[in-house]
Amino acid sequence: MQRDIAAIWRLAAVRTAMASRWALVAAIALGVFAALLTAAGKDPLKAYLDTLVYVFGNAYGFSELVVRMIPLLLTAVAVALPTRIGLINVGGEGQLYMGAWLATAGELALSDQPAVILLPILTVLGFVGGGIWALIPGILRASRLVNETISTLLLNYVAPLIVSFFIFGPWRSPESASYPQSPAFVDAARLPIFFHSRVNAGFVYGLACLVLYWLVMTRTRWGLEMRAIAGNPEAARRLGIPVFRYVVAVMFIAGGVAGLAGMVEVSAIQGRLVSELSPGYGFIGFLVAWLAGSSARGIVLMSFLFAVISSIGDILQITQGLPFAVINILMAVILFIVLARRPHGSAAR
Amino acid sequence: MNATLLAGVLSSSILSGTSLLYGTLGELIGERAGIVNLGLEGIMLIGAAVGIAATALTGNPYLGIVAAALAGAAANLIFAYVVIGCRANQLAAGLSLMFFGFGVSALVGRPFVGAVIAGLPRLRIPGLGGGSAGGVGARLLEYDILICLAVPTAILMWWLLFRTRWGLGLRAVGESPSVAYAAGRRPERLQYQALGLGGVLGGIAGAHLSVALTLTWAEGMTAGRGFIAIALVIFAKWNPLWAIAGALLFGGAEGLQLQLQAAGADVSPFLMNMIPYLLTLLVLVLWRWNRQSAAPAALGRTFVGVE
Repeated sequence: MQRDIAAIWRLAAVRTAMASRWALVAAIALGVFAALLTAAGKDPLKAYLDTLVYVFGNAYGFSELVVRMIPLLLTAVAVALPTRIGLINVGGEGQLYMGAWLATAGELALSDQPAVILLPILTVLGFVGGGIWALIPGILRASRLVNETISTLLLNYVAPLIVSFFIFGPWRSPESASYPQSPAFVDAARLPIFFHSRVNAGFVYGLACLVLYWLVMTRTRWGLEMRAIAGNPEAARRLGIPVFRYVVAVMFIAGGVAGLAGMVEVSAIQGRLVSELSPGYGFIGFLVAWLAGSSARGIVLMSFLFAVISSIGDILQITQGLPFAVINILMAVILFIVLARRPHGSAAR
Repeated sequence: MNATLLAGVLSSSILSGTSLLYGTLGELIGERAGIVNLGLEGIMLIGAAVGIAATALTGNPYLGIVAAALAGAAANLIFAYVVIGCRANQLAAGLSLMFFGFGVSALVGRPFVGAVIAGLPRLRIPGLGGGSAGGVGARLLEYDILICLAVPTAILMWWLLFRTRWGLGLRAVGESPSVAYAAGRRPERLQYQALGLGGVLGGIAGAHLSVALTLTWAEGMTAGRGFIAIALVIFAKWNPLWAIAGALLFGGAEGLQLQLQAAGADVSPFLMNMIPYLLTLLVLVLWRWNRQSAAPAALGRTFVGVE
């Protein structure tokens, strides 16, 4: 009895220590970012307050946070899964674009189908589109030809060009005179939305992927073998674990999950394929997964945190005329602080 | 291919290859000291934005280049502190530096969107008669100072790395920090120096794009050249002299694409813009096929000191 209480106290103390450590990191990062904004002649405090009011002031603002979390959850899983076998996937952005691209191809070909048929097909196509894009680095890595970090980064620049090629060319909607985009999706190709907000079925995809990820990693033989590969690929190979197949399959599935984020973006949010599909969700998802240490619960918490941070970026864009990309400073400073405080090697491959 | 097109490709391959060469050299010197810097893209973006800003504010493009070099060094030293001082994972810290560069360059460049600057002046090389020849010949023989200094910089880097005591120590650190330490070198100090110099070169690489080529600021204008430069280090087998060839090859790919577009070739610009990235991947694949890696042995490892 007494030992139980002591254990609970210890746990509570650890939790409090962790929470206060995160609060300290956030405070330092917000302070550094505020100093930079002030130096640029902007008003950071007003931006922070505006964000708080916007995000937590009413139900709609809060629902937009959930909307923002959807692509972050998915792209974070797309990073977390490969880290479990020691791979670094920085290609979420390109995989997202290719998922959106293939889903749009499906919509254009099958737009006369009812939603019950169309939506599952588009979901699969989104997954396959992103998956194939990650398959290329996966195969190159598994054959020991090219490091997956550099190849996924390079392919990020190719995927938006493919999307642009199609919406400036064959898929260009006749109504879009100045701003090239694909024709609007039919209603049957739009993911259902909830509560008169923009929160959509993509949230279910995000949570489902996260639960599956957690189950596979903790409850299956696959998870065990993946950990073996991450620990020592050579030893795993000698134990008879098919390392090549794991590397290729894990990259395909990870890319597929990021591709789902692209499918959700075109089907639920944009309703058509556009060239500026993502303000860097793939990259933010990378930060989320890295800071979460690839744990499923951490990904949910960090997605929420980064959704709030992204909202600061929106506010800065709308009220102070700054580009959204400025928010990358805040994200980078957080990552720098965490990396600097982590003992060496814990984030290593 | 006719002579005008060929001359145009050559000329623009030198123009766009210059930035790549500075970037490649910047990454190369850090990697020789054992540190992979995936943040080069961010450094180049900061260099591009600071270069434009300082040029617009002072009216002097040379000051713009100097400011960009200093900004690149400063940003790279933040990275250096995190990976050397705090012994953080290099890949993760490099990607943070990339995000940092995305953000800082967007913030710095914002007031200068649409600003018109006086670009880096083209120098006439006396004796070659570039001014009087006119037409294509003149374009081929008129280069700005950064282009003129690019190949000498590569040779200087080679000399520093392979012909000086300092370079020997630096390479020793890249191969085995603990052996270098035992031999009386200071691995961490050498790594800081390498990254500081790498930041200077990375900043110049970005500034050449904005101050000498486009003369404007656009968000994300380096468009992945930082990553191509990282791949070029592998292509160059960590040797500054080979980096010259690599930069010319990739500058040529970009130059060919620009010239084809200018000549009105009926190929989508989006498809042609993919060429440098796909060519980079292809080169990485071919280079790995049948070659023992020339990489420094301790590349990417954290030196944790000697007990």
